[in-house]
This record gives sequence, structure tokens and C-alpha cells, in this order.
Amino acid sequence: MTDLLPLIVAKYNYWLYVILMMIGLYAMIAKNNLIKKVVGMNIFQTAIILFYLSIGYKKDATLPIVEVGHEGQEAVVRALDYINPLPHVLMLTAIVVSVATFGVAMALAVRIYQRYQTLEEDELRMRLSEE
Amino acid sequence: MKFLGFIVVCLTGALLLYGTGQFPAWGDPGSPASTHLSNYYIEKTVEQTQVPNIVTAVLADYRGFDTMFETSVIFCAGLTCFLLLRDFTEKKERFYRHRPTGVILHVKDSEKVLKVGKEFEHIDKDFVPSDLIIKTVCRILIPFIQIYALYVVAHGDFSPGGGFQGGVIFGSSLILLAISYDLKTLVERIKEKVLGIFAAVGVLIYVGIATICMPMGGNFLNYGMLAPLLPGDPRHVRALGMLGVEIGVGLAVMAVMAIIYINIVSEGRHDEGL
Repeated sequence: MTDLLPLIVAKYNYWLYVILMMIGLYAMIAKNNLIKKVVGMNIFQTAIILFYLSIGYKKDATLPIVEVGHEGQEAVVRALDYINPLPHVLMLTAIVVSVATFGVAMALAVRIYQRYQTLEEDELRMRLSEE
Repeated sequence: MKFLGFIVVCLTGALLLYGTGQFPAWGDPGSPASTHLSNYYIEKTVEQTQVPNIVTAVLADYRGFDTMFETSVIFCAGLTCFLLLRDFTEKKERFYRHRPTGVILHVKDSEKVLKVGKEFEHIDKDFVPSDLIIKTVCRILIPFIQIYALYVVAHGDFSPGGGFQGGVIFGSSLILLAISYDLKTLVERIKEKVLGIFAAVGVLIYVGIATICMPMGGNFLNYGMLAPLLPGDPRHVRALGMLGVEIGVGLAVMAVMAIIYINIVSEGRHDEGL
């Protein structure tokens, strides 16, 4: 335990991402309600976003907007001063796409509810076997 | 099933945590993710594109293909919601409310919309008179939210922002209108057709700007070739190309957010809902 604690503190954001991701994964596997499964998927996506942003961080660096006037006085831009922009770009699109996929999942859930009057998986399976 | 799932989750989590031990230290500038490509982006972006916001430059220029298909993914999501849910059969049961007295008229079986005077309004089945405070606050707030959204789109090259963020903010202002008043107000202000056209035009603007570069003698998405078409300093032509692309993205995202919301809350009938 004594040697585990500094390990957690040194990389606590990675631990948080693993915990969040496992919460989402558990919800997707074990929950019975379809909406809860979708919410689990969203938590999973949030964990991925946290992971990517953790990768992009650099100590003593600022956000990736270069501080030069756009009239182009050529100041030297040091890569150490700015955090990694690439994970931010990837996650920027991932967030919006996750909203869009969430919308599609909700639309499917509405259709399923209209047809079977339930969103519980075991009841759905029962209704499907009845037909 | 629950127990089995719990075991699987614990095993996966333990495996991932074990892998975490090999990660580079938190915030290490020498970590593999921060050494190869990202340094090139940080050092060369201003020189090559004249855009201070590196995230926007990478999003719309260096990784333009990626963003183009992300935009079409969003367009497809809106299309899917429409195709899955849209229901053109109108409800026969209608409710009208006499504004001065609050008397509610219940029409059980009408084929057509009743022609009612200005004193009556067509209301939802579970009608609750809207709260004056909420309505007033939202009415004042919504224009400012929309102007802020336009600012976020237009200023995306120089400060945090861009098409995706601005589009989402604008879409949320439309959703706020639907929540604070009712869905009919939103659908009357922005017709379904207009939203569909906006979503398609947004993607079209992106692909169009990318395609114009080809007859100008460059590759697909090479904004540098647009210089003869655009006014101003030719060094800023990449920034202008990115701005055009971001406007397209913003339009598509805004329309798709509204389409998804309207279709889901009204189960595709666009008449009443949240």
C-alpha cells in the first residue's frame, strides 16, 4: 500500500480515466435498461476524452494559441511552451460526434418504445419470443 | 450476468491500470505523444497558415479530410434521426385555448386544422401555461447566446472556438427556445425544410471550398490556391479558407442539433413535445 499511493498520486488522472471507463463499461454490460446502456456509453466516451487530454498536457505550458500578432512578426515559437494540440483536435470532433451518436441512439430507443412499449431488455426479449 | 460483468470489468480495469504504470510521467514534455508530429504543428502553424489558434489550423487545414468526414457523420446522424422517427400522420385530436378566458376547446376528430380566430391558440394536450419569468428571461437571453455563437464561429481562427463549438451553442439556443416556450414556436420560426437545407448546405460549403481548390491548380483542400479569388493579403488566404470551412461546419452542426432535438421530443410528429 505504501508504494502504491505515490504511484496513484503521480498518475491520478490516468487512474480516474480507468475508473470512469470501467463504470461506463459495466453499465453497458450489466444494465437492463437501454437508456442506461446509452448513458454508460457516454460515460465511456467521456473517459476516452479525459485520457486524450491527459496525454496532451505538458508541464509549464499554455494552451495552443500562439501569442503573436497576425501581422506576422516572426517570433520564434517554442514547442515546449504550448501543450500538444493534436489530442484537442481529435477530442473536439469526438465530442460533437458523440452527441450525434447519442441522438441516433435516442431515436432508436424511441422507435423501440413505440413498437414494444418497453425499454427493459428482458421484457423486450420476452416480447420478441412471443411474436 | 451482473456478477460476470463485474468480474470482466474488474479484470479489464486491472489490466489497464497495470498498463498505466508504463506511461510517461504526467505532463512530461518528452513523452512520445508530444515529441514527433505535435512539435511540427506548434512551430510551423503560424509561419505556414498565419492562424494563431493551432487547434483550428490542425482541425481545418492539416487534418481537413478528417473534419470533412466528421461533418458528414453529423449530417448522417441528423438524417438517421429524421428517417427513423419522422411521422407525417397528423393527430386528429386537437386542443384550442381561448386566450382571454382560458377556456379549452377539445376537438376529438377533425380531419383538417380548424380555422380559428386570433383569440384562439392551438395548444398541446398536456398544456401548462408557461411561466412569465422563464419566458422573459429566455427571450432576452436567446439573442445574446446566438450572437455569442456567431462570434465563436467567426473568431475561431484567433481565439478558442470554431465551427463545431459555435454550431452547438447556436443549436442550444434553438433548443432553449423550444423548452421555454413550446415546440410549435420553434417549428414555426425555423421550418423543417430550412433546417434540412442548412444541414446539407453546411456540408456542401465544406466540400465546395475543398473542390474549388482543384480547378485552381492545387490538391483537394489546399486553401492556398484560393488566393486569386479572395481579397486582401494573400498570406491570409489559408485563414480565410478555414473560416469558410468553419462556417459550413457551424451551419451543419446547428441544423443537426435542432433536427435531432425536434424529432426525438415529439416522436417525429413535430407538433407537441417537451
